[in-house]
Amino acid sequence: MHIMEGFLPPLWAALWFAAIIPFWILSAKRVKKIYEDAPHLRMLLAMMGALVFVLSALKIPSVTGSCSHPTGIALGAILFGPLPMVLLGTISLLFQTILLAHGGLTTLGANAFSMAVVGSFVAWGTFRATNKIGTPPAVCVFFAATLSDWSTYITTSLQLAAAFPATEGGFFASATKFLALFGVTQIPIAIAEACLAALVFNLLTKYNPEDLRELGFLRTPKKISAPETK
Amino acid sequence: MKNWLLLLASIALFVTPLLYFANDSSAEFSGTDDKVETAVNEIQKDYSPWLRPFWSPPSKEIESSLFALQASLGTGVIAFGFGWLAGKKNAGKL
Repeated sequence: MHIMEGFLPPLWAALWFAAIIPFWILSAKRVKKIYEDAPHLRMLLAMMGALVFVLSALKIPSVTGSCSHPTGIALGAILFGPLPMVLLGTISLLFQTILLAHGGLTTLGANAFSMAVVGSFVAWGTFRATNKIGTPPAVCVFFAATLSDWSTYITTSLQLAAAFPATEGGFFASATKFLALFGVTQIPIAIAEACLAALVFNLLTKYNPEDLRELGFLRTPKKISAPETK
Repeated sequence: MKNWLLLLASIALFVTPLLYFANDSSAEFSGTDDKVETAVNEIQKDYSPWLRPFWSPPSKEIESSLFALQASLGTGVIAFGFGWLAGKKNAGKL
């Protein structure tokens, strides 16, 4: 999903920066709030940022004979809400841009929007929706991570199509072209990402039930009946 | 969902494409991100990026070691976190 340096015309690059800046500001405020008001959650938040680092570094082979990578954004967005992950995802994108020449500074706005904004909000929304109808939490995480990954790559395809409409067929012809390039490759990779996200979630419920309970992911056992926070 | 099943499924998803294309040299397993360049030029022949990265890894080896660095930084934090959580959970029980 990394659009390479210089591969969006200046006007489009500027437009995506304009779109992402409000999210960066809101995200920074949210992270600061968690950092100050709930210091015991710092470790969990750092782990969610680290998950993006690991998963977005893994190039996974796919059934199309191409390689692509997961994003790792979903679990953090599910646990902390979509906003904090906007900043954490951007940090990972910056690392890859500066050290690996993967992605670009001019395309950072567009890349952060597809991965950290669309990916986060889709993950969070999918989790909430599936959880509401009584699906087990780990299964909700699985669906949320799959859709989050797909939606990121769909967004990238549409961003490219908008910047490069075909002479014949315009935006839709280009969108089909880019979706064909990214879409099929991403199907199994999104599922692999979802398996790993559900795995980490399961481990967290085992090793960190207190924090998950505080964030509202585990039902408080009746016997203990902890006082309701908020 | 059982953890071993999830781990097995993600390994299977990694290995299956490699086995499927084992005897097919047309599968290069190149990155989709890099293929965008060709796709863009098919749509707009004269497009060339208006800015190039100011630095890029001089070889594939150095690039892969930097990717490994990224993954190990992440793994380090996650592993430390789980160790810390397990320690906190078991504190007082020992």
